[in-house]
Amino acid sequence: MKRPGPVSRFAAPIRLYGQRFAFLGLIAAAVGMMVLGKAETQLVERMRMVVVDAFVPVLDAIARPVATVNDLVARVGEVVHVHAENARLREENERLLKWQAVARKLESENRSLREILRFTPDAPVSFVSARVVGHAGGSFLRTVLVTAGERDGVAKGQAAVTGDGLAGRVTEVGERAARVLLLTDINSHVPVVLETSRDRAVMAGDNSERPKLLFLPSTARPEIGERVVTSGHGGVFPPGIPVGIIAAAGDTSVRVQPFVDFDRMQHLRIIEYGLGGTLQVSAPPPAPRRGRR
Amino acid sequence: MKLSPLQRLDIAVRQSMPVVVTLLLAVISVVPIGLPASSSLAPDIVLIAVFYWTVHRPDLMRAWTVFVIGMLSDVLSGTPLGVHPLVLVLVHTVIISQHKIFRGAAFGVVWWAFSLIAPAAHAVTATVAFVAADVAPDLSVLALRLVLTIGLYPALAWLLGRAQRALLAAV
Repeated sequence: MKRPGPVSRFAAPIRLYGQRFAFLGLIAAAVGMMVLGKAETQLVERMRMVVVDAFVPVLDAIARPVATVNDLVARVGEVVHVHAENARLREENERLLKWQAVARKLESENRSLREILRFTPDAPVSFVSARVVGHAGGSFLRTVLVTAGERDGVAKGQAAVTGDGLAGRVTEVGERAARVLLLTDINSHVPVVLETSRDRAVMAGDNSERPKLLFLPSTARPEIGERVVTSGHGGVFPPGIPVGIIAAAGDTSVRVQPFVDFDRMQHLRIIEYGLGGTLQVSAPPPAPRRGRR
Repeated sequence: MKLSPLQRLDIAVRQSMPVVVTLLLAVISVVPIGLPASSSLAPDIVLIAVFYWTVHRPDLMRAWTVFVIGMLSDVLSGTPLGVHPLVLVLVHTVIISQHKIFRGAAFGVVWWAFSLIAPAAHAVTATVAFVAADVAPDLSVLALRLVLTIGLYPALAWLLGRAQRALLAAV
Protein backbone atom coordinates (compact mmCIF):
# COMPACT_ATOMS: atom_id res chain seq x y z
CA MET A 1 0.00 0.00 0.00
CA LYS A 2 2.86 2.31 0.72
CA ARG A 3 4.86 1.77 -2.46
CA PRO A 4 2.56 0.95 -5.36
CA GLY A 5 4.57 -1.07 -7.87
CA PRO A 6 3.65 -3.09 -10.95
CA VAL A 7 2.78 -6.07 -8.75
CA SER A 8 0.17 -4.17 -6.81
CA ARG A 9 -2.26 -4.26 -9.73
CA PHE A 10 -2.67 -7.97 -9.15
CA ALA A 11 -1.75 -8.13 -5.50
CA ALA A 12 -4.02 -5.35 -4.31
CA PRO A 13 -7.37 -7.09 -4.94
CA ILE A 14 -6.08 -10.33 -3.43
CA ARG A 15 -4.83 -8.40 -0.45
CA LEU A 16 -8.16 -6.65 -0.12
CA TYR A 17 -9.98 -9.98 -0.02
CA GLY A 18 -7.41 -11.21 2.46
CA GLN A 19 -8.11 -8.25 4.69
CA ARG A 20 -11.87 -8.72 4.46
CA PHE A 21 -11.48 -12.38 5.32
CA ALA A 22 -9.21 -11.55 8.25
CA PHE A 23 -11.68 -8.95 9.45
CA LEU A 24 -14.62 -11.38 9.40
CA GLY A 25 -12.50 -14.08 11.00
CA LEU A 26 -11.43 -11.79 13.84
CA ILE A 27 -14.97 -10.55 14.46
CA ALA A 28 -16.17 -14.15 14.54
CA ALA A 29 -13.36 -15.02 16.95
CA ALA A 30 -14.34 -12.14 19.25
CA VAL A 31 -17.99 -13.18 19.27
CA GLY A 32 -16.88 -16.78 19.80
CA MET A 33 -14.90 -15.63 22.84
CA MET A 34 -18.00 -14.03 24.30
CA VAL A 35 -20.09 -17.15 23.74
CA LEU A 36 -17.33 -19.28 25.22
CA GLY A 37 -17.15 -16.93 28.20
CA LYS A 38 -20.84 -17.49 28.86
CA ALA A 39 -20.91 -21.24 28.21
CA GLU A 40 -17.59 -22.33 29.72
CA THR A 41 -17.26 -19.90 32.58
CA GLN A 42 -14.89 -22.10 34.58
CA LEU A 43 -12.53 -22.75 31.69
CA VAL A 44 -12.39 -19.13 30.57
CA GLU A 45 -11.82 -18.00 34.13
CA ARG A 46 -8.88 -20.41 34.46
CA MET A 47 -7.37 -19.11 31.23
CA ARG A 48 -7.84 -15.53 32.32
CA MET A 49 -6.14 -16.04 35.64
CA VAL A 50 -3.19 -17.82 34.00
CA VAL A 51 -2.56 -14.69 31.93
CA VAL A 52 -3.16 -12.43 34.90
CA ASP A 53 -0.69 -14.50 36.95
CA ALA A 54 1.91 -13.88 34.29
CA PHE A 55 1.29 -10.14 34.28
CA VAL A 56 1.00 -9.55 38.01
CA PRO A 57 4.75 -9.11 38.57
CA VAL A 58 4.77 -6.44 35.83
CA LEU A 59 1.73 -4.72 37.34
CA ASP A 60 3.30 -4.90 40.77
CA ALA A 61 6.49 -3.34 39.44
CA ILE A 62 4.52 -0.44 37.95
CA ALA A 63 2.18 -0.05 40.92
CA ARG A 64 4.96 0.26 43.47
CA PRO A 65 6.53 3.53 42.28
CA VAL A 66 3.03 4.96 41.76
CA ALA A 67 2.17 4.04 45.34
CA THR A 68 5.45 5.56 46.54
CA VAL A 69 4.67 8.86 44.83
CA ASN A 70 1.17 8.81 46.34
CA ASP A 71 2.63 8.15 49.78
CA LEU A 72 5.08 11.02 49.35
CA VAL A 73 2.29 13.40 48.38
CA ALA A 74 0.24 12.21 51.35
CA ARG A 75 3.23 12.68 53.66
CA VAL A 76 3.75 16.25 52.52
CA GLY A 77 0.09 16.88 53.24
CA GLU A 78 0.51 15.36 56.70
CA VAL A 79 3.45 17.60 57.53
CA VAL A 80 1.41 20.65 56.55
CA HIS A 81 -1.47 19.61 58.78
CA VAL A 82 0.54 18.15 61.63
CA HIS A 83 -0.64 20.68 64.23
CA ALA A 84 -4.33 20.33 63.58
CA GLU A 85 -3.92 16.57 63.27
CA ASN A 86 -2.17 16.42 66.62
CA ALA A 87 -4.95 18.30 68.36
CA ARG A 88 -7.55 16.09 66.74
CA LEU A 89 -5.71 12.93 67.78
CA ARG A 90 -5.39 14.10 71.38
CA GLU A 91 -9.10 14.68 71.49
CA GLU A 92 -9.80 11.35 69.86
CA ASN A 93 -7.41 9.58 72.22
CA GLU A 94 -9.28 10.95 75.19
CA ARG A 95 -12.54 9.75 73.74
CA LEU A 96 -11.11 6.33 72.89
CA LEU A 97 -9.79 5.86 76.42
CA LYS A 98 -13.31 6.29 77.68
CA TRP A 99 -14.47 3.76 75.10
CA GLN A 100 -11.73 1.40 76.18
CA ALA A 101 -13.07 1.43 79.71
CA VAL A 102 -16.54 0.71 78.37
CA ALA A 103 -15.21 -2.07 76.14
CA ARG A 104 -13.32 -3.73 79.01
CA LYS A 105 -16.42 -3.72 81.13
CA LEU A 106 -18.54 -5.12 78.28
CA GLU A 107 -15.94 -7.75 77.49
CA SER A 108 -15.92 -9.14 80.99
CA GLU A 109 -19.69 -8.99 81.12
CA ASN A 110 -19.88 -10.69 77.72
CA ARG A 111 -17.51 -13.44 78.84
CA SER A 112 -19.51 -14.25 81.93
CA LEU A 113 -22.80 -14.20 79.99
CA ARG A 114 -21.34 -16.53 77.37
CA GLU A 115 -20.27 -18.91 80.06
CA ILE A 116 -23.79 -18.95 81.46
CA LEU A 117 -25.29 -19.54 77.98
CA ARG A 118 -22.66 -22.05 76.75
CA PHE A 119 -22.40 -19.88 73.60
CA THR A 120 -20.54 -21.35 70.62
CA PRO A 121 -17.91 -18.83 69.61
CA ASP A 122 -17.60 -17.58 66.02
CA ALA A 123 -15.43 -19.56 63.66
CA PRO A 124 -11.80 -18.43 63.81
CA VAL A 125 -10.79 -15.82 61.26
CA SER A 126 -7.42 -15.71 59.53
CA PHE A 127 -6.27 -13.44 56.76
CA VAL A 128 -3.62 -12.69 54.17
CA SER A 129 -2.60 -9.20 53.06
CA ALA A 130 -2.14 -8.31 49.43
CA ARG A 131 -1.22 -5.30 47.37
CA VAL A 132 -3.75 -3.80 44.96
CA VAL A 133 -2.07 -3.73 41.55
CA GLY A 134 -4.88 -3.43 39.03
CA HIS A 135 -8.13 -1.55 38.64
CA ALA A 136 -10.77 -2.45 36.11
CA GLY A 137 -10.84 0.42 33.68
CA GLY A 138 -14.09 1.57 32.20
CA SER A 139 -17.50 2.50 33.36
CA PHE A 140 -19.17 -0.86 33.87
CA LEU A 141 -16.87 -2.80 36.15
CA ARG A 142 -15.70 -2.34 39.70
CA THR A 143 -12.99 -4.91 40.38
CA VAL A 144 -9.36 -4.88 41.48
CA LEU A 145 -6.47 -7.28 41.06
CA VAL A 146 -4.48 -8.20 44.16
CA THR A 147 -1.12 -9.93 44.56
CA ALA A 148 -2.27 -12.98 46.51
CA GLY A 149 -3.65 -16.18 45.09
CA GLU A 150 -4.15 -19.86 45.64
CA ARG A 151 -0.64 -20.37 46.97
CA ASP A 152 -1.39 -17.87 49.74
CA GLY A 153 -4.63 -19.61 50.66
CA VAL A 154 -6.99 -17.24 48.89
CA ALA A 155 -10.21 -18.87 47.69
CA LYS A 156 -13.29 -17.75 45.85
CA GLY A 157 -15.93 -16.03 47.94
CA GLN A 158 -13.63 -14.74 50.67
CA ALA A 159 -14.14 -11.23 51.98
CA ALA A 160 -11.63 -8.47 51.23
CA VAL A 161 -11.31 -5.68 53.78
CA THR A 162 -9.20 -2.61 54.46
CA GLY A 163 -8.63 -0.97 57.82
CA ASP A 164 -11.81 1.02 57.22
CA GLY A 165 -14.17 -1.82 56.44
CA LEU A 166 -15.42 -4.25 53.83
CA ALA A 167 -14.18 -3.68 50.28
CA GLY A 168 -15.53 -6.65 48.37
CA ARG A 169 -15.33 -10.33 47.68
CA VAL A 170 -12.88 -12.58 45.81
CA THR A 171 -14.38 -13.77 42.52
CA GLU A 172 -11.46 -15.17 40.53
CA VAL A 173 -8.36 -16.84 41.88
CA GLY A 174 -5.09 -17.55 40.12
CA GLU A 175 -1.86 -19.00 41.41
CA ARG A 176 -0.48 -15.71 42.71
CA ALA A 177 -3.22 -13.21 41.87
CA ALA A 178 -6.89 -12.81 42.57
CA ARG A 179 -9.69 -10.56 41.39
CA VAL A 180 -11.85 -8.82 43.98
CA LEU A 181 -15.36 -7.70 43.10
CA LEU A 182 -15.92 -4.38 44.87
CA LEU A 183 -19.09 -3.51 46.79
CA THR A 184 -20.02 -0.95 44.15
CA ASP A 185 -20.00 -3.41 41.22
CA ILE A 186 -23.37 -4.22 39.74
CA ASN A 187 -22.82 -7.92 40.48
CA SER A 188 -22.11 -7.37 44.17
CA HIS A 189 -24.76 -8.38 46.71
CA VAL A 190 -23.89 -8.42 50.39
CA PRO A 191 -26.20 -9.40 53.26
CA VAL A 192 -26.04 -6.55 55.76
CA VAL A 193 -27.74 -5.37 58.91
CA LEU A 194 -28.34 -1.83 60.16
CA GLU A 195 -26.35 -1.56 63.34
CA THR A 196 -28.81 0.13 65.67
CA SER A 197 -32.21 -0.97 64.34
CA ARG A 198 -30.97 -4.51 63.45
CA ASP A 199 -33.01 -4.36 60.23
CA ARG A 200 -31.64 -6.77 57.67
CA ALA A 201 -31.12 -5.96 54.02
CA VAL A 202 -29.07 -6.87 50.98
CA MET A 203 -26.66 -4.21 49.80
CA ALA A 204 -26.48 -4.25 46.01
CA GLY A 205 -23.99 -2.32 43.89
CA ASP A 206 -25.09 -0.55 40.73
CA ASN A 207 -21.72 0.79 39.50
CA SER A 208 -22.35 4.11 41.22
CA GLU A 209 -20.33 5.30 44.20
CA ARG A 210 -23.10 4.41 46.63
CA PRO A 211 -24.66 0.92 46.64
CA LYS A 212 -28.34 0.66 47.49
CA LEU A 213 -30.16 -1.42 50.08
CA LEU A 214 -32.66 -4.00 48.81
CA PHE A 215 -35.23 -6.04 50.71
CA LEU A 216 -35.39 -3.71 53.70
CA PRO A 217 -38.44 -4.54 55.83
CA SER A 218 -41.28 -2.15 55.05
CA THR A 219 -41.35 -1.08 58.69
CA ALA A 220 -37.70 -0.07 58.65
CA ARG A 221 -36.95 3.63 59.09
CA PRO A 222 -33.26 3.92 58.23
CA GLU A 223 -31.71 7.14 59.43
CA ILE A 224 -28.95 9.00 57.64
CA GLY A 225 -25.65 8.35 59.35
CA GLU A 226 -26.65 4.93 60.73
CA ARG A 227 -23.87 2.36 60.45
CA VAL A 228 -24.27 -0.68 58.23
CA VAL A 229 -22.34 -3.88 58.99
CA THR A 230 -22.26 -7.36 57.45
CA SER A 231 -24.89 -9.66 58.87
CA GLY A 232 -23.01 -12.90 58.27
CA HIS A 233 -26.03 -14.46 56.60
CA GLY A 234 -25.10 -16.90 53.89
CA GLY A 235 -21.90 -17.70 55.73
CA VAL A 236 -19.64 -15.95 53.26
CA PHE A 237 -18.65 -12.92 55.31
CA PRO A 238 -17.98 -12.89 59.02
CA PRO A 239 -20.71 -10.91 60.81
CA GLY A 240 -20.02 -7.40 62.04
CA ILE A 241 -17.53 -6.13 59.45
CA PRO A 242 -18.18 -2.39 59.03
CA VAL A 243 -19.55 -1.66 55.56
CA GLY A 244 -20.61 1.98 55.52
CA ILE A 245 -23.16 4.51 56.69
CA ILE A 246 -26.61 5.34 55.35
CA ALA A 247 -26.07 8.29 53.04
CA ALA A 248 -29.54 8.76 51.57
CA ALA A 249 -32.85 7.44 52.78
CA GLY A 250 -35.56 8.36 50.33
CA ASP A 251 -38.89 6.69 49.78
CA THR A 252 -37.69 4.81 46.76
CA SER A 253 -34.10 3.96 47.55
CA VAL A 254 -31.79 3.81 50.52
CA ARG A 255 -28.12 4.26 49.69
CA VAL A 256 -24.99 3.43 51.62
CA GLN A 257 -21.72 5.33 51.55
CA PRO A 258 -19.00 2.67 51.97
CA PHE A 259 -16.25 3.33 54.51
CA VAL A 260 -13.59 2.16 52.06
CA ASP A 261 -12.08 4.66 49.66
CA PHE A 262 -11.90 2.38 46.62
CA ASP A 263 -9.68 4.72 44.63
CA ARG A 264 -7.04 5.08 47.29
CA MET A 265 -6.73 1.62 48.79
CA GLN A 266 -3.27 0.15 48.33
CA HIS A 267 -3.58 -3.04 50.33
CA LEU A 268 -6.40 -5.45 51.02
CA ARG A 269 -6.73 -8.14 53.65
CA ILE A 270 -8.41 -11.28 52.38
CA ILE A 271 -10.31 -12.88 55.23
CA GLU A 272 -10.57 -16.62 55.48
CA TYR A 273 -13.66 -17.24 57.48
CA GLY A 274 -14.14 -20.68 58.99
CA LEU A 275 -17.59 -21.29 57.53
CA GLY A 276 -17.11 -19.64 54.15
CA GLY A 277 -14.91 -22.31 52.62
CA THR A 278 -17.25 -25.20 53.30
CA LEU A 279 -20.39 -23.35 52.28
CA GLN A 280 -18.80 -22.16 49.07
CA VAL A 281 -18.29 -25.69 47.81
CA SER A 282 -21.87 -26.83 48.19
CA ALA A 283 -23.75 -23.61 47.55
CA PRO A 284 -23.35 -20.84 45.02
CA PRO A 285 -22.71 -17.31 46.27
CA PRO A 286 -25.58 -16.11 48.46
CA ALA A 287 -27.00 -13.48 46.19
CA PRO A 288 -28.57 -14.08 42.80
CA ARG A 289 -25.83 -13.19 40.40
CA ARG A 290 -26.54 -12.95 36.74
CA GLY A 291 -23.95 -12.90 34.00
CA ARG A 292 -20.30 -12.40 34.79
CA ARG A 293 -18.94 -14.23 37.78
CA MET B 1 20.85 -4.27 -1.19
CA LYS B 2 21.20 -7.14 1.20
CA LEU B 3 20.78 -6.43 4.89
CA SER B 4 22.93 -7.96 7.59
CA PRO B 5 21.15 -9.97 10.33
CA LEU B 6 21.79 -7.16 12.81
CA GLN B 7 20.23 -4.59 10.51
CA ARG B 8 17.22 -6.83 10.02
CA LEU B 9 16.90 -7.26 13.78
CA ASP B 10 17.12 -3.51 14.21
CA ILE B 11 14.32 -2.97 11.72
CA ALA B 12 12.17 -5.69 13.27
CA VAL B 13 12.55 -4.17 16.74
CA ARG B 14 11.73 -0.72 15.44
CA GLN B 15 8.73 -1.98 13.54
CA SER B 16 7.34 -3.79 16.56
CA MET B 17 7.42 -0.57 18.60
CA PRO B 18 3.80 0.50 17.93
CA VAL B 19 2.41 -2.84 19.09
CA VAL B 20 4.75 -3.07 22.08
CA VAL B 21 3.90 0.47 23.16
CA THR B 22 0.17 -0.21 22.83
CA LEU B 23 0.45 -3.45 24.85
CA LEU B 24 2.37 -1.53 27.49
CA LEU B 25 -0.37 1.10 27.61
CA ALA B 26 -2.92 -1.71 28.05
CA VAL B 27 -0.98 -2.85 31.13
CA ILE B 28 -0.49 0.68 32.46
CA SER B 29 -4.18 1.49 32.05
CA VAL B 30 -5.15 -0.95 34.81
CA VAL B 31 -2.60 0.27 37.38
CA PRO B 32 -4.35 2.13 40.20
CA ILE B 33 -3.12 5.72 40.42
CA GLY B 34 -4.91 6.71 43.59
CA LEU B 35 -6.82 9.71 42.31
CA PRO B 36 -10.53 10.13 43.09
CA ALA B 37 -12.69 8.13 40.69
CA SER B 38 -9.59 7.36 38.63
CA SER B 39 -10.56 3.73 38.13
CA SER B 40 -13.78 4.51 36.30
CA LEU B 41 -12.79 7.79 34.66
CA ALA B 42 -9.31 6.90 33.44
CA PRO B 43 -9.04 7.84 29.75
CA ASP B 44 -9.11 4.97 27.30
CA ILE B 45 -5.41 5.14 26.34
CA VAL B 46 -5.54 1.80 24.52
CA LEU B 47 -8.16 3.17 22.14
CA ILE B 48 -6.04 6.27 21.57
CA ALA B 49 -2.94 4.21 20.79
CA VAL B 50 -4.74 1.79 18.47
CA PHE B 51 -6.35 4.72 16.67
CA TYR B 52 -3.09 6.64 16.37
CA TRP B 53 -1.04 3.77 14.97
CA THR B 54 -3.77 2.58 12.63
CA VAL B 55 -4.03 6.08 11.19
CA HIS B 56 -0.31 6.77 10.95
CA ARG B 57 1.29 3.35 10.44
CA PRO B 58 -1.40 0.87 9.35
CA ASP B 59 1.39 -1.36 8.02
CA LEU B 60 2.65 -1.83 11.60
CA MET B 61 -0.72 -2.13 13.34
CA ARG B 62 -2.48 -5.12 11.78
CA ALA B 63 -5.98 -6.31 12.55
CA TRP B 64 -4.77 -9.43 14.34
CA THR B 65 -2.41 -7.46 16.59
CA VAL B 66 -5.32 -5.18 17.43
CA PHE B 67 -7.24 -8.33 18.33
CA VAL B 68 -4.45 -9.50 20.66
CA ILE B 69 -4.23 -6.07 22.28
CA GLY B 70 -7.98 -6.21 22.92
CA MET B 71 -7.69 -9.66 24.47
CA LEU B 72 -4.99 -8.54 26.89
CA SER B 73 -7.05 -5.50 27.78
CA ASP B 74 -10.09 -7.70 28.53
CA VAL B 75 -8.14 -10.21 30.58
CA LEU B 76 -6.42 -7.59 32.73
CA SER B 77 -9.42 -5.34 33.28
CA GLY B 78 -11.87 -8.18 33.87
CA THR B 79 -14.17 -7.13 31.03
CA PRO B 80 -16.18 -9.99 29.49
CA LEU B 81 -13.77 -11.74 27.13
CA GLY B 82 -14.08 -10.65 23.49
CA VAL B 83 -15.56 -7.20 24.03
CA HIS B 84 -12.44 -5.15 23.41
CA PRO B 85 -11.15 -7.32 20.53
CA LEU B 86 -14.49 -6.83 18.78
CA VAL B 87 -14.58 -3.07 19.30
CA LEU B 88 -10.93 -2.43 18.49
CA VAL B 89 -11.05 -4.55 15.33
CA LEU B 90 -14.14 -2.59 14.24
CA VAL B 91 -12.34 0.71 14.89
CA HIS B 92 -9.32 -0.57 12.99
CA THR B 93 -11.46 -1.58 10.02
CA VAL B 94 -13.30 1.73 9.91
CA ILE B 95 -10.02 3.65 9.88
CA ILE B 96 -8.51 1.40 7.18
CA SER B 97 -11.61 1.81 5.03
CA GLN B 98 -11.36 5.61 5.32
CA HIS B 99 -7.65 5.67 4.81
CA LYS B 100 -7.77 8.20 1.99
CA ILE B 101 -9.09 10.84 4.38
CA PHE B 102 -6.22 10.34 6.77
CA ARG B 103 -3.38 10.31 4.26
CA GLY B 104 -1.45 13.48 4.95
CA ALA B 105 -4.33 14.93 6.94
CA ALA B 106 -3.74 17.78 9.36
CA PHE B 107 -3.74 17.02 13.06
CA GLY B 108 -7.09 18.77 13.55
CA VAL B 109 -8.76 16.46 11.05
CA VAL B 110 -7.37 13.36 12.75
CA TRP B 111 -8.46 14.59 16.17
CA TRP B 112 -11.90 15.40 14.82
CA ALA B 113 -12.13 11.87 13.39
CA PHE B 114 -11.08 10.48 16.76
CA SER B 115 -13.78 12.50 18.50
CA LEU B 116 -16.30 10.82 16.19
CA ILE B 117 -14.94 7.29 16.47
CA ALA B 118 -14.33 7.26 20.24
CA PRO B 119 -18.01 7.78 21.23
CA ALA B 120 -19.08 5.17 18.70
CA ALA B 121 -16.48 2.73 20.06
CA HIS B 122 -17.56 3.30 23.65
CA ALA B 123 -21.22 2.98 22.73
CA VAL B 124 -20.50 -0.36 21.05
CA THR B 125 -18.42 -1.48 24.05
CA ALA B 126 -21.22 -0.66 26.47
CA THR B 127 -23.85 -2.31 24.28
CA VAL B 128 -21.83 -5.46 23.71
CA ALA B 129 -20.93 -5.73 27.40
CA PHE B 130 -24.58 -5.30 28.26
CA VAL B 131 -25.73 -7.97 25.81
CA ALA B 132 -22.87 -10.38 26.50
CA ALA B 133 -22.67 -10.13 30.26
CA ASP B 134 -25.53 -8.09 31.64
CA VAL B 135 -23.33 -5.31 32.92
CA ALA B 136 -24.85 -1.86 32.55
CA PRO B 137 -22.67 1.24 32.55
CA ASP B 138 -23.26 4.42 34.48
CA LEU B 139 -24.06 6.77 31.59
CA SER B 140 -22.75 9.96 33.15
CA VAL B 141 -19.46 8.23 33.98
CA LEU B 142 -19.32 6.88 30.44
CA ALA B 143 -19.80 10.38 29.00
CA LEU B 144 -17.22 11.98 31.29
CA ARG B 145 -14.67 9.27 30.51
CA LEU B 146 -15.25 9.90 26.83
CA VAL B 147 -14.62 13.63 27.21
CA LEU B 148 -11.38 12.90 29.11
CA THR B 149 -10.31 10.38 26.46
CA ILE B 150 -10.86 12.83 23.61
CA GLY B 151 -9.19 15.57 25.65
CA LEU B 152 -6.12 13.43 26.26
CA TYR B 153 -5.73 12.54 22.58
CA PRO B 154 -3.52 15.50 21.57
CA ALA B 155 -1.07 14.95 24.43
CA LEU B 156 -0.74 11.21 23.93
CA ALA B 157 -0.65 11.60 20.13
CA TRP B 158 2.19 14.08 20.56
CA LEU B 159 4.16 11.56 22.64
CA LEU B 160 3.47 8.75 20.19
CA GLY B 161 4.47 11.10 17.38
CA ARG B 162 7.80 11.73 19.08
CA ALA B 163 8.34 7.99 19.37
CA GLN B 164 7.35 7.55 15.75
CA ARG B 165 9.80 10.17 14.52
CA ALA B 166 12.59 8.85 16.74
CA LEU B 167 12.29 5.17 15.85
CA LEU B 168 10.25 4.81 12.69
CA ALA B 169 11.41 7.69 10.50
CA ALA B 170 13.50 5.38 8.34
CA VAL B 171 11.56 2.13 8.45
